[in-house]
Amino acid sequence: MSKREVTSKDSGTRSNPGVEIVRSEAPSELLRELVAHLRQNRTQLREEWVVRITETRLLTAMTKEEIFAEATSVYDSYVEALETEAFEALQAYARNLSERIIPRGVETHEVVGIVLLLRDVLARSLFAKYQTDFKKLNRILDAYEPAANRIANTVAVGFVQERERVIRQQQEAIRELSTPVLQVRERLLILPIIGVIDPQRARQLTEQLLRGIRTNRAKVVVIDITGVAAMDLTVANNLVQTVEASRLLGATVIVTGLSPEIAQTLVTIGVDLGKMNTVGDLQGGIEQAERLLGYKVEKLAEPR
Amino acid sequence: MEVPILKQGAVLIATFQAALSDADLNQLRMGLVQQVVKFRSRAVIVDVTAMDVMDSFASRTLREIAHMIRLRGAETVIVGIQPDVAFAMVQLGLTLEGVATALDLEEGLAYLTQKFKNMD
Repeated sequence: MSKREVTSKDSGTRSNPGVEIVRSEAPSELLRELVAHLRQNRTQLREEWVVRITETRLLTAMTKEEIFAEATSVYDSYVEALETEAFEALQAYARNLSERIIPRGVETHEVVGIVLLLRDVLARSLFAKYQTDFKKLNRILDAYEPAANRIANTVAVGFVQERERVIRQQQEAIRELSTPVLQVRERLLILPIIGVIDPQRARQLTEQLLRGIRTNRAKVVVIDITGVAAMDLTVANNLVQTVEASRLLGATVIVTGLSPEIAQTLVTIGVDLGKMNTVGDLQGGIEQAERLLGYKVEKLAEPR
Repeated sequence: MEVPILKQGAVLIATFQAALSDADLNQLRMGLVQQVVKFRSRAVIVDVTAMDVMDSFASRTLREIAHMIRLRGAETVIVGIQPDVAFAMVQLGLTLEGVATALDLEEGLAYLTQKFKNMD
């Protein structure tokens, strides 16, 4: 939307104070003007920004060279986003940047901090340039501020999304790592559980075990919970359900490795331990399982 | 839909099809006991491999079948419960308590053979 009003009382001269020329530019025109300014003064403004970053002790995980390199690409992307208003491209850049710097130990507050510092540095430079023309300065800021705020927002959101993606990935990896179903003899499975069991993980464990029983035609399963520190009512019930469901598939479950704390918890909660076959430790559990399956282990010679 | 009942020596084998109505289940209950009496069977295997859902009525019927057959001096073994079905059952508290279970037909027969050997 282009507004051009030209009013002049007099086609006049500079010395005549009665002359007033008021010209309103379109927002996009203002944006172009300030982008041009930011590009022209790129080197100086970027340097100023890096100094501010170091002063406020941000990005301490990175070397000065690395900061400079990243600052350059961030600056250019920032100015380009101002110019093109292509915020999707900026968000993609932000996620890409995050992917690089998150492993370096850069925190959210640092990323938001440096983007806000850049916004300030550029704003100050606009103040300096247009300080003699207050009205123009206001119009320039009207064009600059919404765009700059949107940029800060976009970068922060991009960074946080990337962090969340990494966290989800790690959680998946941990989940898969910690619930292997292992066959140690024909018809004998071991399920060693380590760490914290939440209801979701408990459910996953049960499903995995039941499938394992069917695939391996297991008749005995030893569930070892030595590595589990604590258990609440929900998880204790899940354990009982796992034992019952395994029985429906024709398998006997032996639970081993109950810590004194968990034993106390189970007794206090009133879990029906008659439904559970428990043995002290994994070794005892495996020995009992072997007996159930009709194995006898005999020592034939001394270890070499 | 009628449930086929096969005879394998002293054992009767009833194979459930996928969708059994309540009427089918009732019919099966009577039918199985009659067959046990007629053939003087020592055991019944109920194969539920094809069942992808087990509701409380089906579960109760199976327990009743086992109970009635035990009154005739015979053993019942339920085989072929699928992992997903087993999981759903225990969550609903349908545990088929007191009824023998095995992974599949082969395991069920092996269990019975062992049991008869111990008994005789």
